[in-house]
Amino acid sequence: MIQFLIKRVLQAALVMFIISMFCFSIQDSLGDPTREMAAMSMSDAERDNLRERMGLNDSLLVQYGRFVTRALKGDLGTSYFFKEPTLDVILKKLPATLELVIAASFLIITISIPLGVFCAIKPRHWFSRFTMAVSVIGISIPVFLTALGMIFLFSVTLRWMPSFGRGETVQVWGSWSTNFLSWDGFIHIVMPAIALSSIMLPLFIRLVRAEMLEVLSSEYVKFARAKGLSDGPVYLKHALKNTMLPVITVGGVQIGIMVAYTILTESVFQWPGMGFMFLEAVNRSDIPLITAYIMFVGLVFVVVNTLVDLLYGIINPMVDLVGRRQ
Amino acid sequence: MPLLSIKNLSIEFPSRYETDYAVEDVSFDLEAGEILGLVGESGAGKSTIGNGIVQLLSPPGRVSRGEIYLNDNKISDFNEQQILKVRGSRVGFIFQDPMTSLNPLFTVENQMVETILTNLDIDDAGEAKKIAIDLLAQVGIPDPEVRIKQFPHQFSGGMRQRVVIAIALSGEPELLIADEPTTALDVSVQDQILSLIRKLCKERQVGCLLVTHDMGVIANITDRVAVMYRGKLVELGSTRQILTAPVHDYTRSLISAVPRSSVRIDRFPLVEYIETTAKGLKQIDVSTHWLGQSKKHSGGENLLEIENLNLSFITQDAILARNRRYLQATSDVNLQIKQGETFGLVGESGSGKSTIARMVAGLQQPDSGSIRFDGVELIGNPNREAVQQIRLQMQMVFQNPYSSLNGRMKVNDIIAEPIRFHRLTPADQVSGIVGDLLDHVGLGRQMGRRYPHEFSGGQRQRISIARALACRPRLLICDEPTSALDVSVQAQILNLLKDLQDELGLTMLFISHDLPVIRQMCDRVAIMRHGRILETADSEAFFETPQNEYSIELLSLMPRFDRIYENEPAAGP
Repeated sequence: MIQFLIKRVLQAALVMFIISMFCFSIQDSLGDPTREMAAMSMSDAERDNLRERMGLNDSLLVQYGRFVTRALKGDLGTSYFFKEPTLDVILKKLPATLELVIAASFLIITISIPLGVFCAIKPRHWFSRFTMAVSVIGISIPVFLTALGMIFLFSVTLRWMPSFGRGETVQVWGSWSTNFLSWDGFIHIVMPAIALSSIMLPLFIRLVRAEMLEVLSSEYVKFARAKGLSDGPVYLKHALKNTMLPVITVGGVQIGIMVAYTILTESVFQWPGMGFMFLEAVNRSDIPLITAYIMFVGLVFVVVNTLVDLLYGIINPMVDLVGRRQ
Repeated sequence: MPLLSIKNLSIEFPSRYETDYAVEDVSFDLEAGEILGLVGESGAGKSTIGNGIVQLLSPPGRVSRGEIYLNDNKISDFNEQQILKVRGSRVGFIFQDPMTSLNPLFTVENQMVETILTNLDIDDAGEAKKIAIDLLAQVGIPDPEVRIKQFPHQFSGGMRQRVVIAIALSGEPELLIADEPTTALDVSVQDQILSLIRKLCKERQVGCLLVTHDMGVIANITDRVAVMYRGKLVELGSTRQILTAPVHDYTRSLISAVPRSSVRIDRFPLVEYIETTAKGLKQIDVSTHWLGQSKKHSGGENLLEIENLNLSFITQDAILARNRRYLQATSDVNLQIKQGETFGLVGESGSGKSTIARMVAGLQQPDSGSIRFDGVELIGNPNREAVQQIRLQMQMVFQNPYSSLNGRMKVNDIIAEPIRFHRLTPADQVSGIVGDLLDHVGLGRQMGRRYPHEFSGGQRQRISIARALACRPRLLICDEPTSALDVSVQAQILNLLKDLQDELGLTMLFISHDLPVIRQMCDRVAIMRHGRILETADSEAFFETPQNEYSIELLSLMPRFDRIYENEPAAGP
């Protein structure tokens, strides 16, 4: 266990290192940060002065060295635009994005598993065929189109749903603002969550269905039937747990990808989260913030995958996390 | 009143275009305490009968006609709810592969207790657990209190099959259906499991329908035998009568195809009943043909010499070298294979026999030791050109003909690939040679335009052999070449290998766990256990007067065709 965690921390460090190098190597092509920061009237001399103070005139290697030394002390730089430490900026935006991802994951889990299982058990049922057909359409429609369609229908035409923002949030644990504890907050998160889940949901229905079909044709399911078990325990105990193994593996990667997808969803719904922040940071050439964000998302990927591997190890007794062969 | 009575049973698998009759008009009875063997080759419908009894046919299969009575209850008319009460509690099932019939994610306790709670009139999980522990003890699992908490993967294959038997018995059934219960197990374990099934059936007066393709198993355990061929019951009689005086042509052909362990015969007779091979295809004269040009070497000296071959696999990795654990796959293996002989390597699963084949073929690098082919060192030889030339002279035939051929390539291309890769002949001659090869292995050259999935297992193994021959090898490494095949097909493939060896002067390294096959094929034999060679001897001497203790034990456990089980087993199992 400890060996596994040490391995993971080392891997994460390597991933972070590669990501930071990558971010730094592209910053030159992102444009001049002083253009956004300074007033139009600023003279070239003042501008150069500013560049010199910010260390932008140093060579890339020197800048990178400075960045790494600071990062190791927990300082990921100061955002050019917000004029505060980038980590603080990200952490301020984190609750909004995290809650959006949690809401979307909740939708995906509660809808895809029952639907996928049903489609596997009764592949010829009209509802299964309908679900499969709809899921193909769902996969092919991009997120922003789903989001715009929903805004047009439910916000503009029917006026049922708010079309942008987080609405009223409640502060919990000091700084965490949540959407889930007020009706206004809840109604604001519904459409963004549906939009965010719309691309993954069909994928997961199909994945659950395919895995379940495979498990159902296995010998141990046949043996469970031969033991005299009725359909309920055969499907929900013997088959479902085995179905979940590959679904968990894929799900772990997809949650990370979903954090990335929030960029689209958040910009359509003006959701004040990390994705929206990132898009603005790119427009403003806010390099420290861009770098910090990308590294943060990389960290989320590594952490989520580690958690998924731990969960997998708990469910599947044949897996040894350290990699011993049994 | 018989325990199980099947009358005019027909089972069909309707499809859009035609209806496939898996079982046609089969009738037989089974008494309590009796073991009835249901024997036949793949596709004969024997497993279908077992599944049909408890309505476990995979859709769209259905019983189209006939009646099934279990103790005078007409269970063929039972609906979904009624048949649930029959499964597990009145009919217990044992499946072929204990590795896959237990759910890997639940403990043995969990899987046994749920069965007991479902099938017996018990509501208390604690009581069910007591019964489960008691059952595990009865099927011969040591420390049942501890082992019941373990997961299936923590049991060996034989122990797992014991767990499956315990589960099958946990509903106190009247009838046990055992579908190839020992096919996936080693010989010594097979013997224990068969004895256990026989003992439990006699003690508990449970009837047993034993589905198998293995005549040795039939001889050792059953009271009566029903022979199936293409969905029809062709012969039914006492085990002794079927094995010694079969009446039907198919039964005779089947029995003649079973390799004998008692005497070596030159070729298997009468094997054409099941899968006929095209006649008159061998038109080429090997001595003048391209294929025969590798025959110029003369016999006598050792072709292959293996010295102190060692290989270990890491079973538990660790950062510190001293914490790593290893599995010694082969340790200090020494053997010599003479020019033109067939050398047999025998052993149970995990003994390291296939690992040796892989090292000889260059698919695995040994840790230390030397492999010399025709005097040329293959391990660590800096002259890669020479090693490459030698590798060309050794070709391999793999165990599973379903996975060892590339399904996206046509047979012609599969066989031509080694010739083209090594540029063995001018390009314009390749197709002619491939055709000759296909003719020679009994397939016919017109088959070359097909894809592997269009062939049966035996035909695919012929393709594998043709592919191996395309390099004009001197040494053919056969790793369990027939273990995935039916007996009659196995007999044909073994005949083919013998023919080819005679014509081309091939040397063979023949690996098998099947002792009778080894006896039929090999001139000399080495027996392996835990990565070591225990004994090397001439084949006849080995089978008549084995020297090593393990060899003696293995030979005594081998299911023997000529040792028919009688109702009172006088002389041991």
